[in-house]
Amino acid sequence: MSQFAINVLFVGASFAIYIGIAIWAKAGSTKDFYVAGGGVHPVTNGMAIGADWMSAASFISMAGLIAAGGYANSTFLMGWTGGYVLLAMLLAPYLRKFGKFTVPEFIGDRFYSKTARMVAVVCLIVASVTYVIGQMAGAGVAFSRFLEVDATTGLIIAAVVVFFYSVLGGMKGITYTQVAQYIVLIIAYTIPAVFISLELTGNPLPPLGLFSDHSASGEPLLAKLNEVVTALGFNAYTAMVDNKLNMVLFTLSLMIGTAGLPHVIMRFFTVPKVADARWSAGWALVFIGLLYLTAPAVASMARLNLMTTIYPDMAGQVENYEEAAGNPIAYEERPEWIRTWEETGLITFEDKNNDGNIQFYNDTANFTERGWEGNELVVNNDILVLANPEIANLPGWVIGLIAAGGLAAALSTAAGLLLAISSAISHDLIKGAINPKISEKSELLTARISMSVAIVVATYLGANPPGFAAQVVALAFGIAAASLFPVLMMGIFSKRVNNKGAIAGMLSGLVFTLVYIFVYKGWFFIPGTNNLADTPDNWVLGISPLSIGAVGAIINFAVAYLVSNATEQPPQEIQDLVESVRYPKGAGGAIDH
Amino acid sequence: MAEDKSNAEAYWKANLRLITGCLIVWALVSYGFAILLRPLLSGIPVGGTDLGFWFAQQGSILTFIALIFFYAWKMNRLDKQFGLGE
Repeated sequence: MSQFAINVLFVGASFAIYIGIAIWAKAGSTKDFYVAGGGVHPVTNGMAIGADWMSAASFISMAGLIAAGGYANSTFLMGWTGGYVLLAMLLAPYLRKFGKFTVPEFIGDRFYSKTARMVAVVCLIVASVTYVIGQMAGAGVAFSRFLEVDATTGLIIAAVVVFFYSVLGGMKGITYTQVAQYIVLIIAYTIPAVFISLELTGNPLPPLGLFSDHSASGEPLLAKLNEVVTALGFNAYTAMVDNKLNMVLFTLSLMIGTAGLPHVIMRFFTVPKVADARWSAGWALVFIGLLYLTAPAVASMARLNLMTTIYPDMAGQVENYEEAAGNPIAYEERPEWIRTWEETGLITFEDKNNDGNIQFYNDTANFTERGWEGNELVVNNDILVLANPEIANLPGWVIGLIAAGGLAAALSTAAGLLLAISSAISHDLIKGAINPKISEKSELLTARISMSVAIVVATYLGANPPGFAAQVVALAFGIAAASLFPVLMMGIFSKRVNNKGAIAGMLSGLVFTLVYIFVYKGWFFIPGTNNLADTPDNWVLGISPLSIGAVGAIINFAVAYLVSNATEQPPQEIQDLVESVRYPKGAGGAIDH
Repeated sequence: MAEDKSNAEAYWKANLRLITGCLIVWALVSYGFAILLRPLLSGIPVGGTDLGFWFAQQGSILTFIALIFFYAWKMNRLDKQFGLGE
C-alpha cells in the first residue's frame, strides 16, 4: 500500500467516526446545543477539554518551539497548563453554579449591564476569530502535506466535516467528537515519541527518556545535546535566561489568558454538578499533561536527531567536538525525509560556499576558519513533529496516524471556538440584546445559522489569512488575560465591584494591552505602522508585547477596584447573586432564563 | 438564618485559605523554582541538567495536576462538612 493510500485510510476512518458521532449526538434543544444537555461526565469532559484546548499549535508547533528555544521556551509548557489551576480554583466551579450558557451572559448579569456584556462579546469574538484562523490554516497545511491536495481544497474538506457535526450537534456533537479526537491525537503524538525515546535512550517513556542517558554516547541526553549545539554556535539547550521579568510575565500572561478563554470556560458548563467542574479541571490537565510531558522530550530528541543527521560524527562518543562539528554530510547524501520536506518549502538549502556539504549552524557564530560562509539549511520549526516518524524511520502507518492526529487537534479546537463565537452571537447578541422574546426553537435555528456563518467566515480567513492571524499569542491570550479573566474573577471574589468598575476595568486593560502590542507590531498589525522596532532594546523594562497581557490584567484589577470604590455599591440582589455562586448548594443544570 | 450566614462565611473563608495555600505552591514551582530561583538551585543535578530545568519542563506540570486534585478532594470535604454541597 502506498503512503498516500495509508494516509487517506487513516484520515478517512477518523472522519467517518466524527460524522457517525454527529448523527448519534444530534442536538434537540438550545440546552443540548449550548451545554450538551448539561449531563457530561467529568472524565469525559476532561478529555473533551483536552482536545478543545490542544490545538494545531500544541500538536504541531509547540515541540518545534521548545526544540529551537530550549529552556527559554518552557514558558509555553508552564503557561498553557498552569492556567488550569486558576480555572479549577478561581472560575470554573462558580461559573458552573451560576448555571447559564455563555461567558458574556455571566458578565452581563453579574455587572447588571448590557454594555459590559457587549464588551465581553467583542473581546470573545476577536480572541476566538484570531484563534480559529490558525486552526483552519493548520488543517489546510496538514491536508496538503499528507493527502496531496492543495491547501484550500484541504481547508474546505475540513470545514465541511466540522460543519456537519457542529451545526447538527452543537456542544453535544462537539463534546463526543472531541473525545474521539483526543484519543486519535494522543495516540498519534505518543507512539512516535516512544519509538524515538527507545532508540535514543532505551527508555520507552519519553518524559523519563528526557532525563536519561543517551545510549550512543553514554552521556546524559541533555548534556549531550548541549555539547552538540554549542559546538555549532547555538545557545546551550538548558542555558539560563537573563530577562527573568519578561519570562515571568510571559508565563503569567499565558496562564491567565488560558483561564480567561471563553471556549475553554464554556466546557465547564456541560457537567451536572459544581464538584464535577472541579474534577473535570483535574482530568483535563491529566489528559493535557500526557501531551505536554511528552512534548519537551520530543523537542530535545528531535533536535539531537536533526543535528546528528547532518553531522554523523557527533552521534556517538566524541573526542573532539570542534573536529566532529566541522564535518557535515554532503547535500547529495541527504536522507529521504529532507527531500520530501524540501518539496513543501519547509526545508530549504542553499550552498553558500559551494562545497556540496550542508553547513547547518547558528548564523551569528563565526566559523570562517572552517571555510563556512553562512548557515545553509533552514528548517521550519513546525515540521519537527510531523517529520518525526520519517526522521526515526518509523513504518508508514505511523505517518498516517500523525496526519489524522494533526487534523484531530486542529478540528477539535476549531469546533470549540466556533461554538463560542456562534453562541455569543445567537445567545448574547440576538437573544440578549436584539430580540429577547425569541422562542427556543427559533433560537436553536439562529444558533445553527450563526454557526454556519462562522464556519464560512473562518474558512475564508483560513484560506486568506489576514496579518493578525499570526498573532494568536499576543491577541487572543492578551485579550483574554487583560479583559476577561480579571472581571470574571472579581465578579466572584468581590461583592463590591460594580457595573462602572467592571466596564472601566475591562476597557482600560484591553486598550492598554492593545496599544502596547500595536506600538511594536504595527497598528492593527498593518506592516510598517509600528512606532518602535519590536526588539528587546526598545521594550519598556524589557517586557515583550507578548507578555503585556499580565500587566493589562493588573491594570484592569486596579481600575475596577478604584472606580467601584468611588461609586455606589452594587444592588442587594447582585450581592445575593455573588453569594449564591460561592456555594454549591442548590445548583441545578445549566438553565435558560 | 444568622447561623446559616456565619456557616456560609466560615465555608467561604476556608475556601479562600485553601486557594491561597494552593496558589502559593503553584507560584513557587513555576515562577519560583523554574524561573527566578533556578540559579540558586543549579547545584542540584537532575539527569544531565539542574532542578530548575526539570521544574520548568516537567515538575511544574506534575505539581499543577496534583494541586487541582487535592483542591477538588478538599473542597468536596468542605462542602459536606458545612452542609453546602449539592
